[in-house]
Amino acid sequence: MLKDEVPQDKELFGDQREVCYAVDEDGRYVLAESSGWDPANIANNQAWEAISREIADILAQIRAGEMSPLAYHMAANQMDEKLLAEYAGLFRWQVRRHLRPGPFSKINRKTRERYGSLFSLTAEELGEIPDEPGPAMLKAMKR
Amino acid sequence: MTSNFNHRQSAHCESGVTANLLSHHGLTMSEAMAFGLGAGLLFGYFPFIRINKLPLATFRTAPGNIFKKVTGRLGIQVTRHAFSDQKRAMDELDRCLAEGVPVGLQTGVYWLPYFPPALRFHFNAHNLVVYGKEGETYHISDPVFGETVTCAAADLVRARFAQGALAPKGKMYRISHIPSSIDHAPAIIKSIREVCRVMVKVPFPLLGTRGIRYMAGQMEKWPARLGERMAILYLGHIIRMQEEIGTGGGGFRFIYAAFLQEAAEVLGDRRYLDISARLTSIGDRWRDFAVAGAQHCKGRAAEGESFADLSRILRDCADKETLLFHDLYALTKN
Repeated sequence: MLKDEVPQDKELFGDQREVCYAVDEDGRYVLAESSGWDPANIANNQAWEAISREIADILAQIRAGEMSPLAYHMAANQMDEKLLAEYAGLFRWQVRRHLRPGPFSKINRKTRERYGSLFSLTAEELGEIPDEPGPAMLKAMKR
Repeated sequence: MTSNFNHRQSAHCESGVTANLLSHHGLTMSEAMAFGLGAGLLFGYFPFIRINKLPLATFRTAPGNIFKKVTGRLGIQVTRHAFSDQKRAMDELDRCLAEGVPVGLQTGVYWLPYFPPALRFHFNAHNLVVYGKEGETYHISDPVFGETVTCAAADLVRARFAQGALAPKGKMYRISHIPSSIDHAPAIIKSIREVCRVMVKVPFPLLGTRGIRYMAGQMEKWPARLGERMAILYLGHIIRMQEEIGTGGGGFRFIYAAFLQEAAEVLGDRRYLDISARLTSIGDRWRDFAVAGAQHCKGRAAEGESFADLSRILRDCADKETLLFHDLYALTKN
């Protein structure tokens, strides 16, 4: 890659730039700033779209009473049962239970706070789901 | 308190941290040299290891290896810790900072608030340097960023104790002693030979150029086996591993070519420059793959352009790399 060809396709980094390696006129390697590259941006967007789609599915299931709001927070934070269990310091079967609406409504205060502090939510907020689906991170970006 | 730390932006986090830490302690080193001495280049395709349900493809060695190899091969003493207790991990960090010693940390990126949201995935092999603390705020030299950044203690604890694959477990490391005379040449030769061995000599089908060919063969079958939607997801994942922030472009091929130029100078052997130029054009070929692959991801692949065409580019990369690493290996012998 020549230094003049270093792509400047701004998208992922906001105003940040990454550096990459390119060769100058004399064939010497130099560090060159790049604001991004479309193929990488496309692949990254695709990953987020997959996450958004999963969240939308889960929100529909929650509204249909098949899953608890915890399932939304789990997906919005890109977690699965195993990862959530590790973070919350619980067993997987406990997390799996809490993903069902019935058991979720009976979670004790302490466990509720545990989940809450992990997602930076109050115990009440943990029971709420948003109208608009989207990964927690990308919502922060739009703010 | 904050110590002075010369922050230099780099392409890749671990080689950047290694080069910046060594430079801070008086051994000036470029990122490319750290990457090369750390034998950071690799290809591996491990479909049975899943990242977010997608097969693992890697263009670099496992996290921690670059720092370990660079310091080990140059005879530099380091101090390393891992922790099970979060408070002890932060206390030990504070103790080092109070002495004015910058500390390297392995962290997860998901919890680092200064990361662009679009890049905040559960990725746990990120490296950064903490060089100071004021109140409950840490001063951080994160090598993939243009400027130094700050991070609240509460967030840094989370990042240090991120869970999941490659969990950092509070790992921290610092340089404790650098010998007065250092000979780069033998370490460079050794590291180059190691990369060549992994790329072309290890007879394991998922590693090196064998791994590239294996992945190319699998990729052809993805649309039929997984369906179009999953096939595209798999493909996008490979492109991200190859091109997203941290690789320096072309799946680390460019940064390694930059290292070979420096090696030519240290070893006083111009033949390494030719190899470097060849690797640059191979890196460009990998970029061709990313461009063509991204068109698939967008559903804009031209008529007649199939996954088989993508595989062909990969096989071309594999063929050229096979020749290149054999030639490079031969160079190190005389």
